[in-house]
Parts: sequence; C-alpha cells; structure tokens
Amino acid sequence: MAGQSNTGHETYYVPDSSKLAVSASIGMTTIVYGAASVINDSSYRAGEDTNSGFILYAGLFWLAATLFVWFSTTIRENRAGMNSAQLKQSYVIGMQWFIFSEVMFFGAFFGALFYIRNLSAPWLAGEGAGTMNTLLWPGFEYSWPLLTTPQDAIGGVQAQAAAGHLANNGAFVGAEHSLSFPGFANIAHWLPLYNTVILLASSFTCHIAHMGIKQNDRKKFNLWLFITVALGCIFLYLQYMEYHEALFEYGIKLNSGVYGTTFFMLTGFHGFHVAMGTFMLLVQWLRSKTKGHFSAEDQFGFEASSWYWHFVDVVWVFLFLFVYIM
Amino acid sequence: MGAHHGPAKGLTRWLFTTNHKDIGTMYLWFSFAMFLLGGSFAMIIRAELFQPGLQIVQPEFFNQMTTMHGLVMVFGAIMPAFVGLANWMIPMMIGAPDMALPRMNNWSFWILPPTFLLLASTLFMDGGGPNFGWTFYAPLSTTYAPPSVTFFIFAVHAMGISSIMGSINIIATVVNMRAPGMTYMKMPMFVWTWLITAFLLVAVMPVLAGAVTMMLMDIHFGTSFFSAAGGGDPVLFQHVFWFFGHPEVYIIILPAFGVVSEVIPTFSRKPLFGYDSMVYATSSIAFLSFIVWAHHMYTVGMPIAGELFFMYATMLIAVPTAAKVFNWITTMFKGSITLETPMLFAIAKVFLFTVGGFSGLMLAIAPADFQYHDSYFVVAHFHYTMVAGAIFALSSAVYYWIPKWTGKMYNETMGKTHFWISFIGFNLTFFPQHFVGLAGMPRRIPDYNLMFADFNMMSSIGAFIYGASQLLFLFNIVRTITHGKPVSDPKVWEGGTTLEWTVPTPAPYHTFTTPPQLK
Repeated sequence: MAGQSNTGHETYYVPDSSKLAVSASIGMTTIVYGAASVINDSSYRAGEDTNSGFILYAGLFWLAATLFVWFSTTIRENRAGMNSAQLKQSYVIGMQWFIFSEVMFFGAFFGALFYIRNLSAPWLAGEGAGTMNTLLWPGFEYSWPLLTTPQDAIGGVQAQAAAGHLANNGAFVGAEHSLSFPGFANIAHWLPLYNTVILLASSFTCHIAHMGIKQNDRKKFNLWLFITVALGCIFLYLQYMEYHEALFEYGIKLNSGVYGTTFFMLTGFHGFHVAMGTFMLLVQWLRSKTKGHFSAEDQFGFEASSWYWHFVDVVWVFLFLFVYIM
Repeated sequence: MGAHHGPAKGLTRWLFTTNHKDIGTMYLWFSFAMFLLGGSFAMIIRAELFQPGLQIVQPEFFNQMTTMHGLVMVFGAIMPAFVGLANWMIPMMIGAPDMALPRMNNWSFWILPPTFLLLASTLFMDGGGPNFGWTFYAPLSTTYAPPSVTFFIFAVHAMGISSIMGSINIIATVVNMRAPGMTYMKMPMFVWTWLITAFLLVAVMPVLAGAVTMMLMDIHFGTSFFSAAGGGDPVLFQHVFWFFGHPEVYIIILPAFGVVSEVIPTFSRKPLFGYDSMVYATSSIAFLSFIVWAHHMYTVGMPIAGELFFMYATMLIAVPTAAKVFNWITTMFKGSITLETPMLFAIAKVFLFTVGGFSGLMLAIAPADFQYHDSYFVVAHFHYTMVAGAIFALSSAVYYWIPKWTGKMYNETMGKTHFWISFIGFNLTFFPQHFVGLAGMPRRIPDYNLMFADFNMMSSIGAFIYGASQLLFLFNIVRTITHGKPVSDPKVWEGGTTLEWTVPTPAPYHTFTTPPQLK
C-alpha cells in the first residue's frame, strides 16, 4: 500500500488485521503467570513438584516465537517497499522513546543508590538531626562500600531477633571485600577497568560499522559489526568472571546488605541489557551476512540496535563511576 | 488492502484488529467493565462503613477491598479509558489515517484483560489479594505481604509494558502523523494534553517497574533495598513510588483537562480562551510533577529543607492550574452557552476539580498536612480530583463523542438525569469526608469512632446513589447504540470546530486515508 495515491500524497501503510498482538499477549500472560508461580513455589513450596517452570518456559518460547514472526513481518514489509518515509519515521520515534523509557528504568536504580549512599545510610548511622537510629543500630557506622550492615553492627540476625526488632526479614551479612577501585598498585587485576575499555571500544567499532554501511561497504560493515558483537561477548564473559569472584571470593551476595543489593541489581540489569544488545547486533550481522539486508540508504534495524548499544555503553560509564570508583 | 474494506466480522475483528477505532472501542468497554468492578469494591467499602462496628467484612478483607479498589480504578478504569479516547480521537483530530504503529496498538490493549483477570484472581489465592493499599508501601508490601504479592508485581510489570507501548504510539502519532498544516500550536487541546501525558507515562512507568522489581528482590531474593537491617530504607520505597505516583496523578488528570478544553468551547460557541497559555500551563504542570513527589510523605521524617522545597514546589502547581481554570471560565464568559449533558459534566468537572485543587493546596502546606495526613480529608481531596476531575470528564467525553462514534444520539433526558444523580451522589459521598477527616478519622479503616457515624452514613448513601447512577449511564450508552436517534450531520454539535466534526457521522471505519489540507 505504499507509493502514491491519486491525490499525489504518499499514503501511510496501515497493516491488515494481524494475529501477532493477541499471540504476543498470550505469551506475555503465560510468562507473567509462570514467573510469579515459579518464584512463589520456590519461596513457599520448596521441594514440592509443580509445573510452573514448564508454564514459564512455554510462555517465553511462545513470546520469542511471536516476536520472531513479528520482526520478520516488519522486515519483509519494509523490503517489499511498503513503508513510506513517514512510517519509517514512526519506527525511529518508537525506538527513541523506548530507549528513553530504559533510561528512566535505570534512573530508578541509580536514584535508589544515590539516596541510600547520600541520605538514608548515613542517617542510619546517626547523621542528621533528630534520628533515633543510634538507639536502634548502636555501633553502626556508615562507609561505602558498606561491608558492615546495621544488623552486623548489633551482632547479627540472632541479636536482632533477641532485641525484639519486628521487621526482621532475613539475615544480611556484609561482604568481606568490595569490588571498588583497588588502588593503582592492583589495577592490573581490576576487571571493571577492562570491561570499561571493551565496552567503550565496542561503541567505536559499532560506529565504524555504521559508517561502513553508509559507504555501501558491506565487507567493512560485516567485519566491524562482528567485532562489536565479539566485544559484547567478551564483556559478558568478564562480567561472569567478576560475578564468580564476587560470590565466591569476596562474599558479595544479593543478601550482603545494601552494597550487594545495589551492586548486583545495577550491574545485573546492565549485564542483561548488554546481552540483549549483543543479541540484537548479532541478528543484524546475520541479516547482513546471510541475506544481504541493509543498504547505504536504509539500515534502520541496525541503526536502532546501535542506538541501543550506545545507550548500554553510556549506562556502563555511569556504573563505572558510581558503583566502582566513587 | 485494509484501507479499502470495512471491518471483519465476528470475534476475530476485535482480536486481530489494527484499527484505531476498534482498539479505542475495546479500551473504552474494558475500562467501563473495570469501572464497575472497582466500583463494586467501593460499594463493599461503603457498606461496611455505613455504620460503626464490623458488620459485613473482616478487616483483612476490607484492606484488600481498599487496595483493589484503588488499583483497579487507577490502572484499569481511568487510564485505559483515556487511552481509549486517545485512540479514537487523536488520529481524527490531527487528520491521520490511524495510529502510527497499529499492530503494537492492539498489543497494548490485549495485555490488559488477562493482566487484570490475573490481578483480580489474587483475591482468591491463599492469604488473599494485595492488602497493603494501592500505594503498596514497604514493608507492608514486602515483609508482611501475602504470597499473592508476587502476582501483583508481575501484573504491574505487564500493565506498565502496555502503558509504555501505548504512550510511545501516541507520541509517534502526534509527532509524525499530523496532516500538512496541522502545526503543533494548531493541535486541539485534547491532543496536546495527551502528548504531554504520553511523555509522562514513558518517563515514570519504568520507575514503577523499578519499584516493584526492588520489592520482588527484597521479598524473594534477600536484597535489602527497603530493609534497614541491611542498610536500606523503607522510606526509599516511598520516594521511588511517588516519583512515579505524582506524575501518575497528572497522567490521569491532564487528558481530562483536554476533554473539557474541547467540550467547553463547543457548547460556549467560542474558541478556547488562551490556547497558548493552556499549552504552556500543561507543560509546566508536567514539569512540576517531577519535583513535588515528597509532598505525599511530609510526615515520614524528612529534613526541614526537604519539607520546604517540596512544599513550595507543590504550591507552584496552583499557578498553571489556576491559569487553566481561568481560561475555561473565560471561554464561557459571554459565550452562547447551551447545557447539553457533556457541557453539564464539563462545568461540574471544572467546579469540583477546583474544590479538589483547593483541598490540595491545604494539603500542600507541610505543617498543616501533619494534621490532615492519612485522614479522610485526603480521601475527600483525591476523590474530588479523580472522580469529579477525571471520571466526570470521561462521562462528558462519552456523551460528547458518542454521536460521532455510533451515528446515534443519546437520550438527553437520561443523560441529564445521569448527570444530576451523579453530581448529587458524588458530593453527598465525598463532601462530608472533608469534615470527618479534619475531625481526625483515619483512612483505610473498617471501623471508626461513633462521633463520625452520621457523616459516614451520608457518605455511604451518596456512594450508593453515585454507583447506581453509573448503571443508568451504562443503560443510556447501550440504548443509544441499539435504539438511539440516528444523526448524520458531520458536525453533530453546532459549535464543534475540530477535524473530527468534518468527517461523516458515524465516522467511517477508515478516516483520512489521504490527509486533509489545513489552512
């Protein structure tokens, strides 16, 4: 339905009715139900046989399959020339605002980190006027990275229970060691620095790939895009090593108090986004390599993925600053 | 291709549709169903509060009712209703053939029914449904929550995804799909308010997703975001929640402002007074909504500098809001006014929302709020904004546009009856709540001091009247569709000036497949 209408104005392609949305909703609902069931079963019915895992995986598979068909359809429509310049602009706007929503999602976790570090944790240690916290958590002192939790400070979870604290929702044993900047003497063993270099470099290689396709140089595009994907994989591998080190050598866990909490949640969500971005770029590489998709004029699938990649990179810079260095 | 034939037949038309009008219709019917569901929870609440003592429900179930009433009304009734209006009206108002991303549009909708089914089903789970209030403060929603909270968390994620996709679609439509000549400053106010609302949604729904994710991790995976024992802070939850929550209340009210900005000029037969200032006021309100969140938490123990900052920032909101109210009044001034049902609802909305705005100003004053906090005064305040502000505007919108949607005219007598019963029922319900709140009755309790008995009985009677009047509303809508007097004049209302009044009545399945030319 592209091209010119009889008034001479380019018409906007409105797709026919489609089963994609309902199928995707079935997938998402199954995931939502399955995920909540899996988590509740492991928390409240540990050891019992349930089928919730099957439901979750079925939902994930269903949604993934639907999205595969969905993206294939949009790619096919675009290649069939059904998309006017105006419709392409809609996709551009859609991707931009999607990334903005991701920025806000990370903003919530960074906001939590700043609030804890600058306000609430110092207050717990008795800073500020009019707080009773020194009575509740005697001996707790604030430092960051927080390796001694307030619970540790009063003698652990048993002591907390004995003191009659009602909101005792678990044991929070601080980590032995943090992953912050270890000083210049030990910098050679500091994985986050390597990851920073890798991710920043990958933004450049991604940009070189972009220039390649704009110059109609498919070889250059494929090569540099492949390097970008490889750098993404190396990043993920190093992060896996770092997590291993954190868990088994430094004793940093999700329940190591608020340092472990913020460390794993921020780097974990970032790592998940790197994995997503790597996958997106890999798909674009496969499209170019095997099907010869993209041209100097139209490379939106790649462009959108590259914006996402740069966004993930910028988030890492903030992580590096606020989780590791400062 | 789609543009050349009408709707498919049967159920698959609705399941597989990519048509903005079909999707708008589904949003509107879905939200009405949720309105009745949330309303029935409210009826249980008011029945229990009819007199002091426990008569009908146990406190535990009462808590589930207040929680689910809030959740269903905010996320299931009001928000989807406005999205339904956006779907129907924005493409027609800007001269676009459809929404920018029609398949995603359908997905946004079809996430909602199963999600709300799941949310409602938590009431039947072991330990009951969510019982921690619609604001789900930690640790009530973490340490002390029933197991169903996990389902609640994932339901919130799903509706957030739906909202974000819906808003991105609206932004892409407004930014990209305007007909030639439809510059930003010529857009109808309803479109403007929705553009800004969509921006707010994309900005804050992810923050809500962050809040519930932190809850999930605290409950099941041992993190300590909201646990002081691990170095976190329960108050952090309130900050994250209200960073979402305050823009959220403007997400609800801004499209309502948009509706009355369409209805009042039409029935005053005058253009909207101060169009530019309306745009700037809406933008200012949206900006301010990001820096006032902690006025919901004055009593939580913030430093004095925080109390003062949030107090002054909050009071600033009164300035652009007042500009809007003055503009609506000035639009009516010396207008050739007729009082059809949409106009009655719109005027009542302006008047009653202003009452809610004034009680909001009282609540904005930090030292005074120490008295009002968590009292029925707050309940009265936000129902004046949510019910009179948003739902009256929704009623107005339905009466205003239903002739365009269906090609049938609603029954004016029944519409006016609905209005007056709603108006009386609403005020009878919520006006006395100001008094019991100021006298010290706390919110979210199933039983209360005997001295509050009379006002509570009035409130309950008013609530039953208001609830019943919505059945009349439903009857009038169904009756309009089945037996309404046909209208065929494109310009249903003499004073209608926006683009939707240039297309045939009822609006054909596809409008503006080629864009109109605007002067």
